[in-house]
Amino acid sequence: MKRFVGFVRKEFIHIFRDRRTLLILFGMPVAQILIFGYVVTNEIKEARIAIYDQSKDAVTREITDKILSSGYFRLAKRIEDESQIEETFQKGEIKEIIVFEPHFDEKLSQEKSAQVQILLDATDANMANLLQSYTAGIISDYSKNIRFDNGQMPVIQTRPRMLFNNELKGVYMFVPGTMALILMLVTAMMTSISITREKEMGTMEVLLVSPLKSIQIIAGKVMPYVSLAFLNGVVILALGYFVFDMPVHGNIILLLSETLLYIVMALSLGIFISTVSPTQQVAMFVSMFALLLPTMLLSGFIFPIENMPWPLQWLSTIIPARYFIVLIKNIMIKGTGLLFIWKETLILLLMTVIFIGLSIRNFKIRLE
Amino acid sequence: MPAVTVDQLRKSYQDTVALKKESFRVEPGELFGVIGPDGAGKTTLFRILTTLLVPDQGQARVEGFDVVKDYRQIRHITGYMPGEFSLYMDLTVAENLRFFATIFDTTIEENYHLIRDIYQQIEPFKHRLARNLSGGMKQKLALSCALIHKPRVLILDEPTTGVDAVSRKEFWEMLIQLKKQDITILVSTPYMDEAGLCDRVALIQQGSIMKIDSPARILEDFPRKLWAARSNQPYKLLQDLREYIDLASVYPFGDSIHITHKRDEMDKQQLEDFLQQRGHPDIEVAPARPTIEDCFMDLMNQGT
Amino acid sequence: MNRQSQYMITVKDMVKKFGQFTANDHLTFNVKRGEIFGFLGANGAGKTTAMRILCGLSSPTSGEIYVAGYNVYRETEKIKRSIGYMSQKFSLYEDLTVKENFRFYGGIYGLKRRKIRERTGYLLDKLNFSHAMNQKISDIPLGWKQKLAFSIAIMHEPRIVFLDEPTSGVDPITRRQFWEMIYETASQEVTVFVTTHYMDEAEYCSRVSIMDRGKIKALDTPANLKQTYRVANMNEVFVQIAR
Repeated sequence: MKRFVGFVRKEFIHIFRDRRTLLILFGMPVAQILIFGYVVTNEIKEARIAIYDQSKDAVTREITDKILSSGYFRLAKRIEDESQIEETFQKGEIKEIIVFEPHFDEKLSQEKSAQVQILLDATDANMANLLQSYTAGIISDYSKNIRFDNGQMPVIQTRPRMLFNNELKGVYMFVPGTMALILMLVTAMMTSISITREKEMGTMEVLLVSPLKSIQIIAGKVMPYVSLAFLNGVVILALGYFVFDMPVHGNIILLLSETLLYIVMALSLGIFISTVSPTQQVAMFVSMFALLLPTMLLSGFIFPIENMPWPLQWLSTIIPARYFIVLIKNIMIKGTGLLFIWKETLILLLMTVIFIGLSIRNFKIRLE
Repeated sequence: MPAVTVDQLRKSYQDTVALKKESFRVEPGELFGVIGPDGAGKTTLFRILTTLLVPDQGQARVEGFDVVKDYRQIRHITGYMPGEFSLYMDLTVAENLRFFATIFDTTIEENYHLIRDIYQQIEPFKHRLARNLSGGMKQKLALSCALIHKPRVLILDEPTTGVDAVSRKEFWEMLIQLKKQDITILVSTPYMDEAGLCDRVALIQQGSIMKIDSPARILEDFPRKLWAARSNQPYKLLQDLREYIDLASVYPFGDSIHITHKRDEMDKQQLEDFLQQRGHPDIEVAPARPTIEDCFMDLMNQGT
Repeated sequence: MNRQSQYMITVKDMVKKFGQFTANDHLTFNVKRGEIFGFLGANGAGKTTAMRILCGLSSPTSGEIYVAGYNVYRETEKIKRSIGYMSQKFSLYEDLTVKENFRFYGGIYGLKRRKIRERTGYLLDKLNFSHAMNQKISDIPLGWKQKLAFSIAIMHEPRIVFLDEPTSGVDPITRRQFWEMIYETASQEVTVFVTTHYMDEAEYCSRVSIMDRGKIKALDTPANLKQTYRVANMNEVFVQIAR
């Protein structure tokens, strides 16, 4: 045990002394998440909206004015009939329709509550989310400024409804996707490089000649990366949750356990790569081409799997990230329990066992 | 029981034979040198003894343990210093030593007495990263790391290659000190002049051991009388000597040229006259004492 | 070449500083035409820095330095054309054949195709190695590689050849064949400048300088140095100086 602790300590020293590794470990996930999150769109200006005012009273007019004068929205159309809603969205120019319910003013003064429905074209999920939150913000601002004589505050409820993309694919896609990518990269690439570095520097020779068993060497090299990758996963989740309002509906323990499973899978893959690569450079290339690109392109992260030609669909079944993304999305957005995702979990588990088996078989206790 | 037994050991890589059925023994407490140029098979031999390679044929034992079957036991009792000092360059001196102590399940304190004389020389720099050490200091650190678990057999692959003459000298002094601790030491080197510091040496060339004996005996066995010729035109002297009849060998040797004659008695006067005629007025021919390098070349020629 | 006709390299008060660190501290020496000059010192003594300056690869901080009659500050291109260089670490392309290596290096120095063929033939003949012209360098034993590397370094008939630890690690017979090549080259009025930290290589030089911590501590023939320090070999001379 003391040997193992000593080994792990040495490994941590390597990591913390190497600025490059640290940057990749912690800079990259944050940068990636922020880039994916913000680059998509982060600002709206004069977005074209339509208004379906079924009440046409003083309050709805005031709210409309407030929305239009904010500078974020431009009125492109007034709708007079419910049948026009579908048609308006179909044309694609208008992304949001604000619907005031009939007798808005009356309801507000008598029942102290009225409803505004915000209909959104969620094909561009990120944009839809933004529009919705801006609109809701202006309305809630407005409601705070009116106050009845008895001091009571009215409540204007905003009810958003996403059309055409109920699951909000896209907006919440980049968090699981980035997580799958980063964890794969950090763990598999970093471990494979750190093991091959010992081969290259000749220190592996001394380790082999020592009484350390191969399993001790592997576990010692891998241990720090498990904890760092896990920390990384948590950072990504936290960024998604706090900065991009990604919901976490499911069980957090389940979510973290699945993350850990994925990390261990990626590590075993990394060890496997190191057993077949003689140098750091080879390990780097193999990780890049065999892991990074497929994870990005074939996991459903960027391109939907359903739209791929069948050979690629078939190929995507062996991409671990594909299952991880499904797992994470289901747990976070739908709040699914293990009962519904056991299949994906089992596949990841199986992959882990296979790679560990292959690595142990391939790891040499000698130099040839 | 010998500390190391090598019996008919053979090893080849693809189409090159690195070791051709070699046999020898090293006695306990001996300082045994394996001397030969790059590519002679020194590293292959040491890697077999440290269980890093499996021989194609033959057997090798370290402290009675078979290098193939009992590799685990051997890994406990040997200290190994590979060709390039395999230290962790991003770890400090103290961190390196501590790491190597822990993987052998010991502590620096436990065996400090073994490395004290060596480690004390680098201890003032113990918080310096290994990458910032000079060649000589790296060498001392690597030796300390190889010794920290109190090995019974120490195997050093070219420990003096690439370090300066002062560090080389100091290193050999350390090895001679270590012998007193009852550690068997096998050391390889391409430098023939280091042979004299070993108890016995194996001269190795192209995978074959040409001779094993004590340095003194090897020198005694030099078959001919050796002469050194010197003039201020070394290249011309070399060519002229090549034309002189009955010389067995002519080799430049530093600022002189070493020659041997096919017969036991060479007429020195006759040779000097010959060379003076050839335009070497300041020629100087004198008997010389052979060195290990002379012996090595002689053995190489016998072999071919 | 008028000013320094007797000397191929003249160095006066050469200083090279890297920030606070002085790698070369007022070096002064001359190398004669056709001399085999040994430039010795431990790793880190400042040899490589000095050799880089002499090869025109870096500029000194101060000092008056001429190589083959050219000024090291202004005429580095001319210097590069008049020198050859061989190092033990890097010399030949392993995946090219012997002939291809000759052709490549000949091309670098702007030799005409016919000249390259002529020199390749001549040098390989001298080595008795013409039969292996089309072998890949990776298949050739170390000793031969070093002899080939030297031949390539003198292919363009330079006036000075710089050799960096040329014979470390080779067997003693090959090493002697190598020194014979060097002697022969020097006998043709080519100056040979050998940097090394192996003192047994020093024994073969006509004159040696020994550097320690940026300064030249000794400069003489090996025989005189051994006499001065009353020791048997250059190794001992070095140990006495550096300790």
